[in-house]
Amino acid sequence: MTAGVEIIGVSKSFGGARALDDVTLDIPAGAYAVLLGPSGCGKTTLLFTLGGFHDASAGTVRIGGRDMNGVPPARRPTTTMFQDYALFPHMSLTDNVAFGLRMAGMGRRARRDRAGEMLALVGLPDAGRRRPHELSGGQRQRVALARALAVEPDVLLLDEPLGALDLSLRRQMQEELKRIQGQVGTTFVHVTHDQEEAMAIADLIVVMRDGRIEDAGPPQRVYARPANRFTAGFMGEVNLIPAATLPQAGAAEGATLAIRPEAFRDPGADALDFGAGTVIECAFLGTHWRAHVRPKAAPGATWILHAPARDGLRPGDRVALRVDRDRVAAVE
Amino acid sequence: MRRVASLAGIVYAAAIYGFVFLPVAVLVTFSFQSGRLPVPPFDGPSLRWYGEVLADRDLMAALANSALVAVGSSAVAVVLGFLAAHALARHRLPGAAWQRALLVAPLTVSTLIVGLGLLMLAGELGISKGLLLVGVGHVVLNMPLCFAVIFAGMTEAQRSAERAARDLGAAEVAVLRLVTAPMLAPPILAAFFLSVTFSWDEFIVAFLLSRFDVTLPVEIWSLLRSGLTPETNAIGSIVFLVSIGLVVLLELTVFRRVGRT
Repeated sequence: MTAGVEIIGVSKSFGGARALDDVTLDIPAGAYAVLLGPSGCGKTTLLFTLGGFHDASAGTVRIGGRDMNGVPPARRPTTTMFQDYALFPHMSLTDNVAFGLRMAGMGRRARRDRAGEMLALVGLPDAGRRRPHELSGGQRQRVALARALAVEPDVLLLDEPLGALDLSLRRQMQEELKRIQGQVGTTFVHVTHDQEEAMAIADLIVVMRDGRIEDAGPPQRVYARPANRFTAGFMGEVNLIPAATLPQAGAAEGATLAIRPEAFRDPGADALDFGAGTVIECAFLGTHWRAHVRPKAAPGATWILHAPARDGLRPGDRVALRVDRDRVAAVE
Repeated sequence: MRRVASLAGIVYAAAIYGFVFLPVAVLVTFSFQSGRLPVPPFDGPSLRWYGEVLADRDLMAALANSALVAVGSSAVAVVLGFLAAHALARHRLPGAAWQRALLVAPLTVSTLIVGLGLLMLAGELGISKGLLLVGVGHVVLNMPLCFAVIFAGMTEAQRSAERAARDLGAAEVAVLRLVTAPMLAPPILAAFFLSVTFSWDEFIVAFLLSRFDVTLPVEIWSLLRSGLTPETNAIGSIVFLVSIGLVVLLELTVFRRVGRT
């Protein structure tokens, strides 16, 4: 089952502090949405507002068209995978996964069967009789996922689910989450501060700062053509260049241009030409060279660019600074 | 030098354990006395006085009363302590710090004051003295302890599990029954067993608030008034055995479990 989420003008204050400030967002049914931002940006607050763990101070949340104001977590069509997994330590994995079904009044036999299916879905078949303390962190997380999905929620909320895992396990779980989401079709709303993770799994990235949405869109768009400086910087390394320096780009006078370092790497035939530059320092990173370059067009500035691994770069080398037109984004 | 130090340690430990347990050892030894007086020389061993105890209707009735009061009052104290701890740990209450202090405060009040207070209150309200009132007194004495033990056992992990249970559709009663209480089993059991041992030994409140149905400590006291016999040693040994049994049970069930997780 699945449903869309509409967030309309939602604000939330804790005491005097404003955690969410007039947030409006549409998440289509069946999407994998990622709320991305630095700590304290309000992403978890927004997630918990969807889950009903606290009420919005102002505004409306609708799930599947139904107004959720005042509806407690138990009666929302959402379930949550918590950051600390929050498994029940005194229950077997089967009983953990079947807990929501038990609360829904499903019979013992039926819910055991269903719990078995869910454990198989997350890659833990035949583990039903074990207890949470016998599992590794990654396995606990799979159980938490199975438990949250067992009740067939319309929307699954994931609060920094991969934060506690090491890098290789995190990559693997990202793929798993994406696969499982495709299989069950439920709308996933996932909170993280890791922009690589967001790009790896999201259909829709929502960048947040100070309780507001800075940018929202598909990963490719948010990365290549960010709406503003904050998003440009948060999504990865970027050169922010005053438009006046590069009149060729045709941007408005007061604008700022955002150019990713790798945009310099393989320009097409009709790329914009920003003249030459001198390499100040460079480092070989395996897949490419990363260089600091002083452009002729802006003698006081230093740009960062990536060059193909086969180029042998050295400080003092002159390089051509050419970038495809559609990889130059004007930001506020 | 080190040997001297470790020898001194052994002597010191022996002195401590001797000081604590020698009176108990003497009590138990002379419960096997065969003569009429529990004083040296030892002329046993004999089970004569244990026979007398088991044949003594009053003593056996007092034993049953004590067990009833201990288990009943402890169960009530644990339930009340658990609910109070849950409320203070999980909900925002007005003056929470004051309420918590007020709940624990009776621990510092002497049992004599608690007993006298209850006695006067019962008189005012026209409640007659008896086992029920003794039980109420023991709830008053033990509830603060149960509250403190259970409150200290509440962790963030439990809060988080409770939230997950609610998220999965559990109503408040189901959360308490299926998640909170089972996760708190070690402190709940510890509170219960401690409460039972205290109630089992308690004299002042039991003496002040009972009339015809008395608990074992009160019955033993009235035995002592008619002079020492090895019978009092025998019943004392039985009381001691029950207390030790409870402590061992506590050790085996609760603390072993805590050590494992």
